[in-house]
Amino acid sequence: MSKDILSARNDFPILSSQVNGFPLVYLDNAATTQKPQSVIDAISNYYSTINSNIHRGNHTLAIQATDAYENVRKKVATYINAASPDEIIFTRGTTESINLVAYSFGEAFVKPGDEIIVTQLEHHSNYVPWQLMCQRKGASFKVVPFDENGDLDLEILADMLSEKTRLLAVNHISNSLGTINPVEKIVRMAHAAGVPVLVDAAQAVQHTLHDVQVIDADFYVFSGHKMFAPMGIGVLYAKEKWLEALPPFISGGNMIDQVTPEKITFNVLPFKFEAGTSNVADVVGLGAALDYINSFDFQAIQAYEEDLLDFGEELLSTIPGLKIYGNPKRRSAILPFNIEGIQHFDLGILLDTKGIAVRTGQHCTQPIMDALRIPGTVRASLALYNTREDLEQLAHGIERIIRRIRS
Amino acid sequence: MSQKPSVKEIEQNLIDDFGLMDNWEEKYEYLIELGQDLPEMDAALKTEDRLVKGCQSSVWFDIHCQDHKVVFSADSDSLIVKGMVAILNEMLNGQPAEDVLKADLTFFETLGLWHHISSQRSNGLTAMLAHLKLAAADCLE
Repeated sequence: MSKDILSARNDFPILSSQVNGFPLVYLDNAATTQKPQSVIDAISNYYSTINSNIHRGNHTLAIQATDAYENVRKKVATYINAASPDEIIFTRGTTESINLVAYSFGEAFVKPGDEIIVTQLEHHSNYVPWQLMCQRKGASFKVVPFDENGDLDLEILADMLSEKTRLLAVNHISNSLGTINPVEKIVRMAHAAGVPVLVDAAQAVQHTLHDVQVIDADFYVFSGHKMFAPMGIGVLYAKEKWLEALPPFISGGNMIDQVTPEKITFNVLPFKFEAGTSNVADVVGLGAALDYINSFDFQAIQAYEEDLLDFGEELLSTIPGLKIYGNPKRRSAILPFNIEGIQHFDLGILLDTKGIAVRTGQHCTQPIMDALRIPGTVRASLALYNTREDLEQLAHGIERIIRRIRS
Repeated sequence: MSQKPSVKEIEQNLIDDFGLMDNWEEKYEYLIELGQDLPEMDAALKTEDRLVKGCQSSVWFDIHCQDHKVVFSADSDSLIVKGMVAILNEMLNGQPAEDVLKADLTFFETLGLWHHISSQRSNGLTAMLAHLKLAAADCLE
């Protein structure tokens, strides 16, 4: 029996707190989500009961901690439908996962004259690592633009894909506009040209389809902290053939097989890519977060969030002078907007005085802001614990600010 | 024209004024009002070289030296930052260069405004003050 989504709010202690004397209205979920009590407890219990270094010890705690860690790898594999847990690499987050691929893939497969394609909708974390890799390798950096609705121009992508293209990196959902990119189609297009694809699922894995075999992504990356897990833990999924072919990114203990002054051989997957002591507690926290998501019917989460987004979009649209950016074919959980005559920064600070948390600025997507010719936006972003009341509070807060400033 | 009160005297008056406000909303609203009353900056002066760029807002400063005093006009696209500019204007505009050089962010710290905004690494308040101090240093030469 799945949990009722409307009860989710009660699972997050911070959501009943007060900020600046007002009940917190948390609408900054695209930056990070709050943590349910079960995740907080899992981390605390780990340190209270089984903390130990993993994979090396043969005492009871080391075995228990290793089991706890490896069980989460299996849970992650199941959650994203990877063919094997060996295809799951734990990292510090999306950014590290992308840097790992950009470095290791670049070393193995990219040479001068090659091309890497990204899109104009990317977060800097799925843009800059590729740009730097292209500079190191003498490759060209190509950017697929988005159209006036905030959808990627797939005709231009089709033209860009060529025998020179080594890899395409694209997000599933834009953190800035909320555009849901048709990643299955994009991957099919790239594969038809013999190009592997990295899908940045940081904004998607908790909101929408997250089956790596259906998407057929070669690389699929996300962060725990945007899906109710702790900060500092993330995932790189890659098809086994790629993980076998890529050289390690970070080296040291745990990732080696044999070491002599003359020669190194690497450990088997996934350990080849997990040098050093792992962040076991946060992996355990990630496991608890997956259990938490799995306690709901995922389709019900999707339906609830879609309804909430529609409600919010409609509500904000009624506010005179408010402009919502982008009108993509499909949008997820993110409402970017500005109010005529009031800077985004001011609106964010004034909403905060009423306990309403939104993000303002460029959202680490300068190429998007440049294309829209705006300095930034206010971004309200949703999670499953948000309610219509939260969005009503936001709308009331905005209307009050407009009244006060214009009076 | 009567002598402008000292930086510290003006600062204390402002701290007293803001002390009358009960909550953040009122403090910010008052700050915005001060910004709205700031003398208009000549649009022709809002050039790239006069821009003190913060992460989330633009601030323009046009600074001159007159009889060893720092004289400036300024504007921002953010109403809150413009309010902070108005405070700087009230305290420092027309003050002797040596006093501008000694100025600190006590006002903003006392009110907690500084902490509240600076944590968002975005207002360029430190940069604004640094700008004024550089001009003040030139003014002493």
